Amino acid sequence: MSATDTTEPNRRDFLYVATGMAGVVAAGAVAWPFIDQMRPDASTLAAASIEVDVSSLTPGMSLTVKWRGRPVFIRNRTPEEVEAAKEVPMSDLKDPVARNANLAADATASDLDRSAGEGKENWIVMIGVCTHLGCVPLGQQGDFGGWFCPCHGSHYDTAGRIRKGPAPENLHVPSYAFVSDTTIRVG
Amino acid sequence: MKKILNGLVVLGVLMTGCAGVAFAAEEAGHNPAEPTHFPIHKPEEMDWSFAGPFGTYDKAQLQRGFKVYKEVCSACHSMNLVTFRTLEGAGYNDAQIKTLAAEYQVQDGPNADGEMFDRPAVANDHFPSPFPNSAAAAAANNGAAPPDFSLIAKARGVERGFPTFVFDIFTQYAENGPDYIHALLTGYDEQPPEGMEIAEGTHYNPYFIGGKSLAMAKPLSDGQVTYEDGSPETVDQYSRDVSAFLMMVAEPHLVDRKQTGFGVMIFLILFSGLVYLTKRKVWANAH
Amino acid sequence: MSAGHSTYQPKTGIERWIDARMPLPRMMHDSFVSYPVPRNLNYAYTFGGILSIMLVVQILTGVVLAMHYTPHVTLAFQSVEHIMRDVNSGWLLRYMHANGASFFFIAVYVHIMRGLYYGSYKAPRELLWILGCIIYLLMMATGFMGYVLPWGQMSFWGATVITGFFTAIPLVGEWIQQLLLGGFAVDNPTLNRFFSLHYLLPFMIAGVVVLHVWALHVTGQTNPTGIEVKSKTDTLPFTPYATIKDAFGMVVFLLVFAYFIFYIPNFLGHPDNYTMADSLKTPAHIVPEWYFLPFYAILRAITFNIGPIDSKLGGVLAMFGAIAVLFVVPWLDTSKVRSAVYRPWYKLFFWLFVVNAILLGWLGSRPAEGVYVIMSQLATIYYFGFFLIIMPLLGLIETPRRMPNSITEAVLEKNKGGSGLPAGATAAPETKG
Repeated sequence: MSATDTTEPNRRDFLYVATGMAGVVAAGAVAWPFIDQMRPDASTLAAASIEVDVSSLTPGMSLTVKWRGRPVFIRNRTPEEVEAAKEVPMSDLKDPVARNANLAADATASDLDRSAGEGKENWIVMIGVCTHLGCVPLGQQGDFGGWFCPCHGSHYDTAGRIRKGPAPENLHVPSYAFVSDTTIRVG
Repeated sequence: MKKILNGLVVLGVLMTGCAGVAFAAEEAGHNPAEPTHFPIHKPEEMDWSFAGPFGTYDKAQLQRGFKVYKEVCSACHSMNLVTFRTLEGAGYNDAQIKTLAAEYQVQDGPNADGEMFDRPAVANDHFPSPFPNSAAAAAANNGAAPPDFSLIAKARGVERGFPTFVFDIFTQYAENGPDYIHALLTGYDEQPPEGMEIAEGTHYNPYFIGGKSLAMAKPLSDGQVTYEDGSPETVDQYSRDVSAFLMMVAEPHLVDRKQTGFGVMIFLILFSGLVYLTKRKVWANAH
Repeated sequence: MSAGHSTYQPKTGIERWIDARMPLPRMMHDSFVSYPVPRNLNYAYTFGGILSIMLVVQILTGVVLAMHYTPHVTLAFQSVEHIMRDVNSGWLLRYMHANGASFFFIAVYVHIMRGLYYGSYKAPRELLWILGCIIYLLMMATGFMGYVLPWGQMSFWGATVITGFFTAIPLVGEWIQQLLLGGFAVDNPTLNRFFSLHYLLPFMIAGVVVLHVWALHVTGQTNPTGIEVKSKTDTLPFTPYATIKDAFGMVVFLLVFAYFIFYIPNFLGHPDNYTMADSLKTPAHIVPEWYFLPFYAILRAITFNIGPIDSKLGGVLAMFGAIAVLFVVPWLDTSKVRSAVYRPWYKLFFWLFVVNAILLGWLGSRPAEGVYVIMSQLATIYYFGFFLIIMPLLGLIETPRRMPNSITEAVLEKNKGGSGLPAGATAAPETKG
């Protein structure tokens, strides 16, 4: 083609490449806010952690609170329920893992690891969403006296562990902590 | 290019001429006791830390401004759109915001018995209003409901006029709101000119945008709010601080915006240079 | 001039396979790669490309804003503030969209003025011009309805005033207004339908843009000389020449756009729109968005009855007439010479028209009183006089300057240093044929 083509090929190529690269960078930078806006916004994130007053829960009473748009079951279990859950041999469990966000991923589904821990075994906090297909189980029902999901017939025991039915996993335990004896912070 | 420049020159001359005629005509029928255009005086331009391309909020000032809002303004003026976590922008940390929010009661419910109840506010709650609704606010304030303060620093701005508004593009003047608030708060001391009638229950202020007087009496006086950092406890200082605070609640992402903008401008200038060079190279072959 | 013979050569098997079934790549190649453009286009001609970028910016930001916006009178204002405060990058997207509307109009005004200056509307490009006018009308409708969505004071009262235009129509006016509003005043039904239409219209604009570009590619571009392309040396392939020139124009335009977004995002807006709509309290001084101000000034300039037409209907007719007159410009201009470059008198009147239009815009922002009304009336007379009197008469009486024989000749003359005598100076000055 022209003379410039043969005398300074490198400089020209460099210019084209640099401009092209800058254009790609610009397109990427512009694309980011359009994707970024889809993430949970500041008001949603600020509501991602809630504090629940459980002082009114006597043994045998439950409370359902909404957390991150889903129900969370908080139950002050009776000694009988705790006892019943403790007696279940691990070999009877369909899902042997605790599914407790506060513990290691491989913790076993013993009653202690499902509950709020040593000294607070009577407390159990779980996300009330059936691990099968997302329905909300009913409390104190089913073959094991725990929770029963009416959608497809999953039975959970008094520690929220799956015992019978199509659900693959125990009810999940969210990350939570007692900030005082009567207040639980979920999330 | 030359033609465009010539055109612009002609345009400039004609526009200035027209504006001159208009202003002269306007001045001719002017009577100081019966003003027809408000505000009577334009607000003075103040120095704001958040003005200009590198502007940032002065957090100590915002905290002082919040104190003024909390102790004085909030008795009548709501801030409905602002959450307590917005105060992060004034330099408060999560724990401080939690404590600040807990000083306010907000309504929640219904509870299991179907009743509404009050609870201490949390960071994600909005500032509660001093009045249950705008009718109650108007009834308690001589018929004039105090405006909400969430956006007041962007919702007020005195027109700049020709040709100042053209220069504002280049000086990045965008502080109409805080300038106005400061001017209004410090403007109560002037006396109305001879012969001007001030309606009963209103207060003369030549900086008020909606007329010669407003329903709000002078809200601030020297020494009214105690400052812990040794800043002067004067009406002027209170007004500056609360104006800055109101700008922050109206535009919490201002600093983020200007900083992002700087990077974008630098990039675009370099990129336009590259594209221009590429264009020259490409067109060098066009013979 | 038309695309005619295609130069597309499918190289790979896949390309041949597609080309035999749906020759979209061939169409793109012929339209945006090999398409011949006059070699003497200046930067005023990059605004078509800039406008398409702005349409894309508006549609993309609009679609994502709609993900967070709630079209209900009690929530619209709050949801916009939610975008500004809480949504990630929400402030950026909203300022892009709000200022994007203004910059869309800046670009379209430059584009229209370029068309008027270089006579781009003349045969055989009348349909191209009319399609452009339709796009402009759709843009105005979209811009107006979009301004209502934040549900601020100016949104509400702007909607009230503009829908009030229709009550000026005799007999059926009130019925039409109620049909548009879905009630007796601007309220929730109005907001809902405006949101729906504001989402729909940009896609209609995109459709008409396709027709506009199609019409353009049939007739080919005009150019500053106004002489049609005569030989291959008059043109260059669209890519890379026009592509890179358009790209430079776009980047510079976006630079100014970014300056407004990041540093003075509320400069082109009105403070009153940061106060939530109140149907019981009118702001002291209602003004539309700046891009409607010239028409607003024309509306208010008619303060007198004209025979059986009262001043209200007269104002509305004048305002709509100011837009309608654009549609017939191809038949109002009687000059055989296309470009203002060779029409000294037209050039003068054209620049006066530009100044007059800006003056009308400024007057539209002033209160309608005293000297401003008289100035608006004079400016309105010139606005219509330019189209209805100057354009038809000037074409008959003006003596154009000598024109070069071809684009190539014009380019060579210019490259000779500009100041020197033109290459064909010996040729007798062309007179109007």
